[in-house]
Amino acid sequence: MPPTLMAERAAAPAAGTPILSVRGLKTYFRADDGVVRAVDGVSFDVRAGRTLGIVGESGCGKSITARSILGIVDRPGKIEAGEVWLTPGGGTGAPIDLAKLASDSAEMRAIRGKEIALVFQEPMSSFSHYYTVGNQIMEAIRLHSDATKQQAHARAVELLRLVGVPKPERRVDEYPFQLSGGLRQRVMIAMALACDPHVLIADEPTTALDVTTQAQILDLMRELQAKRALALILITHDMGVIAEMADDVVVMYLGRVVERGPVDAIFHDPKHPYTQALLRSIPSIMATPRTKLATISGSIPHPLNRPTGCPFHPRCPDFKPGVCDKAEPATTVIDDRREVACFLYGGGA
Amino acid sequence: MISFFVRRLLLAILTMWVVSVLSYVIIQLPPGDFVDTYISQQSASGSTVSAAEAQSLRELYGLDQPVWIQYGKWITRILTGDFGESMEWRQPVKDVIGDRLWFTVLISVAALLVTWGLALPIGIYSAVRQYSFGDYAFTLIGFVGLAVPNFLLALIIMYLSFRYLGANAGGLFSAEFELAPWSWAKLWDLIKHLPLPSVILALGGTAQLIRIMRANLLDELRRPYVVTARAKGLPERWVVLKYPVRAALNPFASTVAYLFPYLVSGSVIISIVLSLPTVGPLLVRSLISQDMFLAGTIVLLLGVLTVIGTFISDLVLMWVDPRIRHQMD
Amino acid sequence: MIARLFGRTSRADSASAEERFAVASQLQLTWWRFRRHKLALASGVIVILFYLVAAFADFLAVNDPQDTDSRRSFAPPQVISLFDDDGSFRPYVTVIRARRDPRTFRMVFDQSSKVYLTMFTPGYNYTLFGLFETNIHLLGLKDPQPGDGLYLLGTDRLGRDLWSRMMVATRVSLTIGLAGVIISLFLGILLGGISAIYGGVVDMAIQRTIEIIRSMPTIPLWMGLAAALPSDWSVMQIYFAITVIIALLAWTDLARVVRGKFLSLREEDFVTAAELAGAGQLRIIFRHMLPSFLSHIIAATSLALPAMIISETSLSFLGLGLRPPAISWGILLQDAQNIEALALAPWLLMAAVPVIVIILAFNFLGDGLRDAADPYG
Repeated sequence: MPPTLMAERAAAPAAGTPILSVRGLKTYFRADDGVVRAVDGVSFDVRAGRTLGIVGESGCGKSITARSILGIVDRPGKIEAGEVWLTPGGGTGAPIDLAKLASDSAEMRAIRGKEIALVFQEPMSSFSHYYTVGNQIMEAIRLHSDATKQQAHARAVELLRLVGVPKPERRVDEYPFQLSGGLRQRVMIAMALACDPHVLIADEPTTALDVTTQAQILDLMRELQAKRALALILITHDMGVIAEMADDVVVMYLGRVVERGPVDAIFHDPKHPYTQALLRSIPSIMATPRTKLATISGSIPHPLNRPTGCPFHPRCPDFKPGVCDKAEPATTVIDDRREVACFLYGGGA
Repeated sequence: MISFFVRRLLLAILTMWVVSVLSYVIIQLPPGDFVDTYISQQSASGSTVSAAEAQSLRELYGLDQPVWIQYGKWITRILTGDFGESMEWRQPVKDVIGDRLWFTVLISVAALLVTWGLALPIGIYSAVRQYSFGDYAFTLIGFVGLAVPNFLLALIIMYLSFRYLGANAGGLFSAEFELAPWSWAKLWDLIKHLPLPSVILALGGTAQLIRIMRANLLDELRRPYVVTARAKGLPERWVVLKYPVRAALNPFASTVAYLFPYLVSGSVIISIVLSLPTVGPLLVRSLISQDMFLAGTIVLLLGVLTVIGTFISDLVLMWVDPRIRHQMD
Repeated sequence: MIARLFGRTSRADSASAEERFAVASQLQLTWWRFRRHKLALASGVIVILFYLVAAFADFLAVNDPQDTDSRRSFAPPQVISLFDDDGSFRPYVTVIRARRDPRTFRMVFDQSSKVYLTMFTPGYNYTLFGLFETNIHLLGLKDPQPGDGLYLLGTDRLGRDLWSRMMVATRVSLTIGLAGVIISLFLGILLGGISAIYGGVVDMAIQRTIEIIRSMPTIPLWMGLAAALPSDWSVMQIYFAITVIIALLAWTDLARVVRGKFLSLREEDFVTAAELAGAGQLRIIFRHMLPSFLSHIIAATSLALPAMIISETSLSFLGLGLRPPAISWGILLQDAQNIEALALAPWLLMAAVPVIVIILAFNFLGDGLRDAADPYG
């Protein structure tokens, strides 16, 4: 029997139960022309019913972090160090270190889609155009359970209804290119939820959508999270989305976590100069009209051409010569939920 | 979908018409007309043809009329199955061509199947194992296949088999079956002879198709939907075969449209080297001896065959690509 | 891979080392990327060497390529020995001399004797580049006796020197390819460009024409057209007619490349920027668009050339292209067409070697150029 689909989980884990703990994760890409340290020592926790926002400019390693958790980093990328502890069954099972599992092993595959699911940034290209959406949803259901074709089909229809796709009986047999962008993203979420995962990673889920649809999708995700006590990792470059959705925030820059903390603290009292700069660059309706929007000076360095010392120092307004360009700052614990990696706050120097 | 079908059909008919015009141009191009040739043949054998006789012959065959009327008459006769008379063989063109057309089709289709059969798995292997030893080896073989024109390859193989095996690698039948009526034994003999010419003919196209398949698949393997499939927990082999290979198959299928003309073209040349009983040697001979009705008919038939092949491949493409299938609804 | 993953950041890089990329022209960028393809670079050198052979064909030839002599029919290739018996560097070949005994009047075969090689020696007359009358050749025999000859690759049935014929054939085959490509390049750019610029009905018509040409078996058509050339035409006339026939059916690929590139470039920001800046259409095409697809055209050309060469070789091989006394690779291979001749004189197959080498070289070169021209495509 496939797991029955209910509005609420039979045994929803209590909100706040730790589900996924990432510790010192390092994912490197080794090529002829050098090593790209795409993820360079990232740590965070994800809890049931809570949302962790990972924020940073494009190329900072957010998406590679997500893929590293699932063990689907493209070659030549490889997890070099670190641990990814998953407590399966929503906090009931024995913890497993995913970083130790081989990428194509049966254990890892049993976790993908079943325990941890992924929602992608490009709803257009994240589907294959050669199969109906139903086919692509049913595939995951039948892979992780022994549902018959009819049962899987019925569940696919039900899932589509759950995520608010109108006329799900008809849509299920349509091809992705026949759906609008918003609908496609809903179907994408339905597909991710197909096997009732406990962790959902949403990688820029709303970037490709227009503003109205964005709001609808975010509402949908919040609603589903509440119903099913999902642990949600929301990856985005959009501080607005973070403010609206996240409970905790991780700020990444060039593969490193520069600051971590509860969303209120991050927004009201940002410690790291990079976080401060990110927040300044959000347009606000409270701002005086016709003033220039703050931008972060310079641009992200080439990944093969990493600055020495703190990776942010060439763009940092608080750059201290002789300190920031000499060593990488260590993480300073501010309180039990806040950390920052900057010499302004000690930085372990 | 309907409009795609109709467009393709119209294009196919248009192409056939252009081929027929070109064939007629080839028939008409040599200086003088059929009657001139006839007169010179008669005088060579001793008898003469008077001017009046020549004139009446011209009227009889409509040679005094404008070219486009002559074309109209010619094409009408063709459509009723009358291809005219071969001057060299003194037989109806239809009889001279006989089975040769079908052997041409047979070899071209066999080569097409060989091309696919080789290119598909090798292309997938090369893309999935990019920069592996096997990938480099196949790339190298592919380049050689691309660089050696197939008639040269046929020549070299003929020479090697003669030199080291003492056997003549040419032909489609063993000597004892050459003129024998059809039987199971003859069919088996044909099947035994078919692989060599098909592989020689297929090699160039295979090399090209491997490169296309490899490039397409490498492209597709990078797409987000592959990550989606992996994130569902599908085994890697399943991921690759169901998604990117399926997508890469589409441009692959559409290459048939130009592969088929290429194979038919190639079969003409390698048939001469390997002395295969296709229309190839007949075409060269008829062109050299200016037996224009025979030559024109062969060009026409080959052209029409290719157009039909291309049209079929378009239909296949339409069938495999849901985007084309659902274009209209 | 890395470049793809980080494509956006790498291009937006501001590091000073990358600054020269910002000011380099499209062609310079292409050249820089091309230099990294070692195989393509080596192929480029081979192509240049081949064209040098074409330019100095007569200088490199040893014997008059048309000179027949039934007495030396199917003479096998000679082996050059580099060192003399005493170990000094004095290249020589061994020839077998026949002479008539003055008393018995019978032919007597002497023991084989050494004939030394020499460089820059006088031979048959020719005009270099059609300008300088000369008779100096790179290699020759030192003090040859009548009947002695240098046949590096042997001779054909009529006793003509294969080496010298291959030199001259290289010139013919390579220039016919070049001429053909220039014609089809002209047609391709013109029709592809018109198709892209005007769109609508014109585009439709040109695209359908291309599809029709591509769906026809070209070799039978070429054969038909080539066979219809009057047999009393001169070698030059046939040469040009064959070039035109090949080019007429070969422009379609180039036209597609040009049109595709043109259409995609039109959407590019810098073209829009130029339009907004008020640049005229011609200025946009020639100043902004042409430079950015020049490298594509060069790449497409170097991929079209081998196809041309194969076409000519095939046609001549069948006896429907160039006709003797013209000499091309196809005509040389024609002699190797039947198995009996091959069994007797396998060296005739040597004419296949330059065909294969140059086609490979052009393919590698074209591939390298294409990659260099379009690293993201």
